[in-house]
This record gives sequence, structure tokens and C-alpha cells, in this order.
Amino acid sequence: MTQDKALVELLYSLADDDFILAYRGSEWLGLAPHIEEDVAYSSINQDMMGHATRLYRILEELGEGKADEISHLRKPEQFRNAILLEERNGEGTYLEKPDFDWAFAVVRNYFYTVHKKIRMESLRKSSYEPLKDTALKVSIELQYHLMHWDMWFKQLMTSTDEAKRRMTSAIERCWIEMNGVLSLGPMADEMTSKGYVASEEDMREKWLTHMKKTFEEINAPFPKRLAMSKGNGRQGEHTEDLKTALQTLSEVYETNPTAGW
Amino acid sequence: MTIETTFDRLTEEEKYEHFLNRIDAGEKIEPNDWMPDDYRQSLIRLISMHGISEIMGALPEKEWVPKAPSLHRKLAIMAKVQDEMGHGQLLLRVAEDLMEPLGKNREDIMQDLFSGRLKFHNVFHMKAPTWGDAGIIAWLVDGAAIISQSMMLNSSYGPYARALKRICAEEVFHAQHGESIIMALAEGTPEQRELLQDSLNRWWTALLMFFGPKAKENASTSHVDKNMRYKIREKTNEELRQEFFTKYVPRIWSLGLTIPDETIHFDEEQGLWVYQDPDWSEFKQIVTGNGPQSKERLELREVSYENNRWVREALNPTAKAI
Repeated sequence: MTQDKALVELLYSLADDDFILAYRGSEWLGLAPHIEEDVAYSSINQDMMGHATRLYRILEELGEGKADEISHLRKPEQFRNAILLEERNGEGTYLEKPDFDWAFAVVRNYFYTVHKKIRMESLRKSSYEPLKDTALKVSIELQYHLMHWDMWFKQLMTSTDEAKRRMTSAIERCWIEMNGVLSLGPMADEMTSKGYVASEEDMREKWLTHMKKTFEEINAPFPKRLAMSKGNGRQGEHTEDLKTALQTLSEVYETNPTAGW
Repeated sequence: MTIETTFDRLTEEEKYEHFLNRIDAGEKIEPNDWMPDDYRQSLIRLISMHGISEIMGALPEKEWVPKAPSLHRKLAIMAKVQDEMGHGQLLLRVAEDLMEPLGKNREDIMQDLFSGRLKFHNVFHMKAPTWGDAGIIAWLVDGAAIISQSMMLNSSYGPYARALKRICAEEVFHAQHGESIIMALAEGTPEQRELLQDSLNRWWTALLMFFGPKAKENASTSHVDKNMRYKIREKTNEELRQEFFTKYVPRIWSLGLTIPDETIHFDEEQGLWVYQDPDWSEFKQIVTGNGPQSKERLELREVSYENNRWVREALNPTAKAI
């Protein structure tokens, strides 16, 4: 097993972010606002699940265990994703009475994707070669994800009153958890000093600058201070929502992890 | 004088004859060509039912997308279900073009689905309670779909034939994805084999029903005759079912699985598969929305359609059913 805990922690946070958000996205399958969006959103979720898979494979090579095992069998407190990304899509479940909130889906994905792009740009200069390669491949697909969510965000923010009201409330909800996404966790300094990734402060500033531009463009009031209300997922703090998500994700695999599936 | 104005002068009978000559000569009919009303109606019925079945078909499989038992399977089934939605989109576009002169659009298709006027395939009314079902659906339901769609690749209606060409190519990948799930289960633990056998037992009747009743036993198959005359389709329901048996029964047996029909065998003399007919009154119940999971699936789609109304209004404040 690698001795470099900072690197492993960084890889887990990158992989778990994509894994959990792709899962939340896959719950929307068949339920998106229109058929064209169903196809597009599904394609984005596949990309994200693919990114997570690449990252879990790097962890596998570092001796963390098989990619399938570490993605399906870790306990919630071992996950390093941000809490915002694990939160349910809305009331109900993807199988029964899903009262999912599209405004939340758009805002969460938009905020996350802008950050992911900034993070990937930094990782393209990472001192860790496998991350550098991954970042390059991810960035190509990410460009389309960003265009997609940018379009949704701006379009809904500038349309009917109801859309604006729903979007504003989703923005408030995401804003008070966004610091959890922007956080690198307890080992932030080591990750940066070893040249794996840019500093948390630097990436947060870039994210805020991007957001200010967006909000100005659509003439919307810029929200107040960012926060992290429910805890820091980067140090294993999570909600009940992650627990139930992991139960669903591993329901079949868990029946016999040694069998071929 | 242009050809167009000459054509306009023809009587309805002459136009009809000209139309039949064209399809008999293997020409393709395009959206803006003259076509008899019942041809248009047949196409709308067939293609909107096909399209909406692709979309409703995403729902039973979607249940297994988050639960797929490895990263690889998760990626594969996500891609597969996305393809089905894509097929639905492609087909609804074809149906929408046909409906436009009648003043109808996609909103009407959705409302017809919710009211039960527009039916979807019997297989998508069934429950899919285990991972084995995800395998059986992809392998055998998609396998059945390839057989029934391939016979329409030469459909006289150009846009449908072209859409099917792409759809069939993708369905081949789906059947391979399903076969790979099936192989893993068949070669796995006793529990996995049992899971698979249970799924096959559960789906067998639905698979027989998939192709529809034999010609003489059901009045609604007059649609089949008409669609064959109009060269929309080339084979009868029973011919397709026989093709399905020929392709899949030996494969099922070679995996050591048991088909839940002791009578099924190939009769050399007749050159046909002999099998236990499903209960066609049950089929009618299912496709009219009284299947084991019909209400839940429709409700899922309707609830999400209503929840997202504000989004569609935000995108296009004037869009509604015409």
C-alpha cells in the first residue's frame, strides 16, 4: 500500500465526488423534463461514472483494493465526497413517487462542473503522472458538460417567475454546502505542497470569479458567504442520504463480492 | 407543366394507384409525399407505439442501473438505457412529422399515453424484481426486438426504415450486453444460476406474447395484413415468433437452463416449433394497462411529467397540446 496518504485522500475525493453525483444523476433516468434531456443527462452521467472508474483503478494500482470493492463496499465514513453531492434529488425515491427537483439538479451540477473544470485544469499540471493523464482525458468531455449546465442555468434563471423562484431557492441550498465541494480536506496543505493539485484558496477564488461573471451576465444578485453547513465529507462526515445511496449501489454486488458478475 | 401540378390533377383513386405502384416498385415514401389516410394512420399507430415503448422500456431496466453489480456493469447498463431513450426520441420525431398535418404534437402523444389510448409493449408492463431480469431483458427482449424490427428495415416509409437501421445496429450491442450478464450468471454460483432460471421462468410467457397473437385468432391482426400490403412490415407475428425460437431456444438449452414449457420442440415434419400458447386474454389485459406493473410504470412517468411541467413552460411558455 502506498505510504502517500495525501495522494490517496485526493484520489478518493475526486473519485467519490464523480461516483456519487453520477449515481444521483442515474436516478433521474427516465424522469428528466423531456426526452432529449434524458438522453443528454444520461450521457453526462456515464462520463462521470467513467471518470470515477478511472480514478478507482488508479487507487487499485496503488494497492487500495479492487476498484469494484472500494467503490461498492467501503463504509459511508470512508467516503470522501462532498455532502452536497450525496444529497437526495428530492422527496420519494427513483422507484416510487419521485418528487425530484430539476432546479436542484441544474444548480448542483452547474456549480460542481465549474469547480471540476478548475480542478482538472490544475491536475493537468499535477506532479503525479497518472492524474495528469486522467485530467487530460476528463477535460475533453468536461467541456461539453459545462456547456450543457451553463445553458440550463442561464436559461432557467432568465425565464418564467416560477423558474426563477425555484432556481433561487436551489442556489441558496447549494451555496451553503458548496464549501464542502471546494474543500480539499484535512490534508490540503500536503496535497498542494507535493504539487498534486493547486491550493484550495486558489481554486475557490477561481470558482468565485467564474460565478460572479455568470451572475452578472444574467443580472442576478450574487449570494452571500459560502458555507459548509452539514459537515466536511472530505473527512468522512456524511448524511443519512449517503448511507441509503450506498445500500442501493451495492445491493447486488454485496450478495456475493467474490462471485463473477 | 411541372410533374407536381400533373399529380394534383389526378383523382383520389389514381393517386392511390400511383402510391401502390410506388411501394410495389420498392420506392420509399417520404413525409411530404402523398399518402392515403389509412397508411398515415397505420404508421402513426405503429411508430408512436414503438417510440413510446422504447421510452417506457427504459423504466424496468432503469431500476437496475444504480444497482448493477460492478463499475463495468454500471457503465454498460447506463449506456444501454440511454440508447433506448435515444431510440424513443428518434421514433417520436418520425411520428411527430406524420401527425403534424393532423394538428397533433408530442404533448398529444404523452397525453394519449397517460389516458391509455396509446399502448406500449406488453413486456414493459412486467415486474423486473432481480438483476437476472436486467440480463433477460437485454438478452431476450432486445433479441426479440431485433427480430421484429429487422423485418421492417425495408419498410416503405423512408424515415422509419432509416431510423430502424440505426436502432437495430444498437440493439445488437444490447443483446450482447445482455448475453454477457447471462453468461456470468450461468457460469456463476448455484444462487446466481437460480436467479437466472427464475428470471427466465418469469419472462417466458411475456416473450411469447411480445410478437402478438397468430393471425386467425385475433381480429386486431387485420392491422398486420394492412401493414404487409403497405409494405410497412414483411412477416406475420407467428413467423417472427418461430424465428425467435430458432435463434434462442438452442442457446437457452445450451446454457443448461430449462424453458418453462415442457411441450416445446421442433417438429421436423412441419418444419415448425411446437409450443404452449400463452393465454391471449391475459395479453389483452396487459396491453390495455392491467398488467402486473402497468399502473406503477405509468404513474412514474406521469408524476415526473407533471413535476417537470414548470421546466417545459420555462423553456417554451407557449407549448401545449394543439
